Amino acid sequence: MSTDSTYEHHPAHHFRDAEHEVEASKFGLWLFLCTEILMFGGLFVGYAIFHAMYPEIFIAGSKFLDWRLGALNTVILLISSFTVVMAIHSAQTNNKKWVLINLYITLACAAGFMIVKYIEYSHKIHDGLLPGKFFSYTGAEAAVQNLPLYFSFYFMMTGLHGSHVLAGMVLISWLIYRAHKGHFGPKYYTPVECVGLFWHLVDLIWIYLFPLLYLVG
Amino acid sequence: MSATTTHDSSKNYINHESGILSWLTTLDHKRIGLLYMWTVLTFFAIGGFYAMLIRTELFTAGKTIVDAGTYNQFMTFHGAIMVFMVIIPGVPAFLGNFVLPLQLGAKDVAFPRVNLLSWYCLIVGAAIALCSLFYNGADTGWTFYTPYSIDTDNGTVWLVLGAFVMGFSSILTGLNFIATVHKLRAPGMTFFRMPLFVWGLYSTAVLQVLATPVLGITLLLLAAERILGIGIFDPDLGGDPVLFQHFFWFYSHPAVYIMILPAMGIVSELITAFSRKTIFGYKAIAFSSIGIAAVSFFVWGHHMFVSGQSEVAGIVFSFITMLVGVPTAIKTFNWVATMFQGSVRFDAPLLFAMGFLFLFTIGGVTGIFLAVTAMDVHFHDTYFVVAHFHYVMVGGTLMAIMGGLYYWFPKMFGRMVSDFWARITFLLIFIGFNVTFFPQFILGAMGMPRRYYDYLPAYESLNKISTIGAWTIGTGFLIALGVIIYAMKKGEKASDNPWGAKTLEWQTSSPPPHENFINDPVVTAGPYEYR
Repeated sequence: MSTDSTYEHHPAHHFRDAEHEVEASKFGLWLFLCTEILMFGGLFVGYAIFHAMYPEIFIAGSKFLDWRLGALNTVILLISSFTVVMAIHSAQTNNKKWVLINLYITLACAAGFMIVKYIEYSHKIHDGLLPGKFFSYTGAEAAVQNLPLYFSFYFMMTGLHGSHVLAGMVLISWLIYRAHKGHFGPKYYTPVECVGLFWHLVDLIWIYLFPLLYLVG
Repeated sequence: MSATTTHDSSKNYINHESGILSWLTTLDHKRIGLLYMWTVLTFFAIGGFYAMLIRTELFTAGKTIVDAGTYNQFMTFHGAIMVFMVIIPGVPAFLGNFVLPLQLGAKDVAFPRVNLLSWYCLIVGAAIALCSLFYNGADTGWTFYTPYSIDTDNGTVWLVLGAFVMGFSSILTGLNFIATVHKLRAPGMTFFRMPLFVWGLYSTAVLQVLATPVLGITLLLLAAERILGIGIFDPDLGGDPVLFQHFFWFYSHPAVYIMILPAMGIVSELITAFSRKTIFGYKAIAFSSIGIAAVSFFVWGHHMFVSGQSEVAGIVFSFITMLVGVPTAIKTFNWVATMFQGSVRFDAPLLFAMGFLFLFTIGGVTGIFLAVTAMDVHFHDTYFVVAHFHYVMVGGTLMAIMGGLYYWFPKMFGRMVSDFWARITFLLIFIGFNVTFFPQFILGAMGMPRRYYDYLPAYESLNKISTIGAWTIGTGFLIALGVIIYAMKKGEKASDNPWGAKTLEWQTSSPPPHENFINDPVVTAGPYEYR
């Protein structure tokens, strides 16, 4: 891929000018983030209700999770949040090389997060620590009544979050593709900013999931 | 309002491009509106066909045409199709898509690609939902209550996932409309110069954006319940089935207002245009839309008075539910006051608006009956409830859609619908509707439970009347379809503003050009400057 320095973004025909388009795009993206929060909100409400009904399963369940892996993933995501901001900053200052470097680091962090998640998941699947009716763990802790429900929440919450990380990876790859073509600069960086906002939300949700699932015991 | 009317009349949004592909990839809000129109009409025909089958089955006690299992599927498909594929996209995505940018003086909605994506979400969702037919269908009713929905046939999962995908269609439309209203108003179009249909769509969009994601996660959890057996709603695994009802109605009650608020917007337009008089209480109507939207989030528990939720919750929900009556009544009184001493023209669109007023008032008042906890214990899950929400959804929303369709038809296609035949369809639908659903209030009060396949001989005569009414409505809609298709091909050419209305969409040509207005409109006055 070559850098096409002649690229110029034209706002769509129904906007007055580029600024108008940027404003509308960001406004729309914030609305979209609201819908994401409400969607996860359903899971958080469910979590709160079941935590009130069966506090013991969350204490017992969280012991199966390795807080060090959770903490590692938290750090990974925080770094990626920083690099995505730096990508926007680099675009604003017309530093095209660093737009790319920052985006690549962000993508690598996202992949790292998924690898850690894969290690955690395969470990749980191996031990039979599965949601609801597929729960087949036979250790002493299995005596805690309704323990499988903890894993229902664990897999639903981290699963939905993980699918958002994957979606984020697709979007960041798309940004990298466009950054290689030299599309982003001080005049036009809306996609970087919008994907950045989405990525912050994905991080933020994890910041809540980590204590609720790993540290609650 | 000023906008130029000089233009090259041979070019418009319909013949701007040609070929099937140009429609399937169009980013023009008007064309997407028409895509939605055909989609919604098709689903309406299917949902209506199921309705006819249901009523025909109930013509006599015992088996009439099908067995009980098939009947349950008819009932489920009728409900799910009419709710998720007809009434929810019916006003915003079809009429709203076409009219909203025109009324704001914009060239398009804020995100045209997202707009097209929302249509594809509806199509893909509908395709997934139809897959359930290959798995013995679904028989839970459109509400998918647990634990039955966990145990029944696998078709349910497809219907649930289809509704999940269609939810995105609704979210994306809502998101688009909010951004459009905030960012794309023409110069001079202040918030209080916006037509009331825009206010209705705006409040609806807020509900679509804030409530639908909760349905999304609820349906996702229900699908996971079936596929992964997570047990959150399954009492066998320690879960709570009533939690499903809370989650479901947290969306589905606001969804009721997603269905009615934009319809109220249409009625505001029709009544002021055909009374040749400024709307009475513009701000009251505008704010009552927002008021209804706000209150709608705190009333979901009235669906669950007999579910075992706490008595205190029941009383609070009962009280808040009655509050909905206040903004609704404000609208109704303002509409009637607008007509008072107006120069009223009884064209077909106004007849539908008046039909709305009459039927919606009955539907609304019976809603207050149902909000009273003591009465609800008697009426709960009887035909009284069925009659109530059909008076609101069909008598309200569908009447408004028909009125709106006849009203904006000249703008969409540049041709007039035959007013005589439009009135005939109104008469058939209006009379048929009352014959169908009024007896159901009586049946419900007598204690006939809803959704049942069979009934006691004492209910037979009223059921017969109800079924005959349903056939009448069906005939009315069939004639309406013929009238519309005929008008599309051979209708009399329409002028740019056949009704003499004042809102911006009538200032451009019929049908409008690709970019809506030849010269960008500048707004200098309110939307209803009649007298």
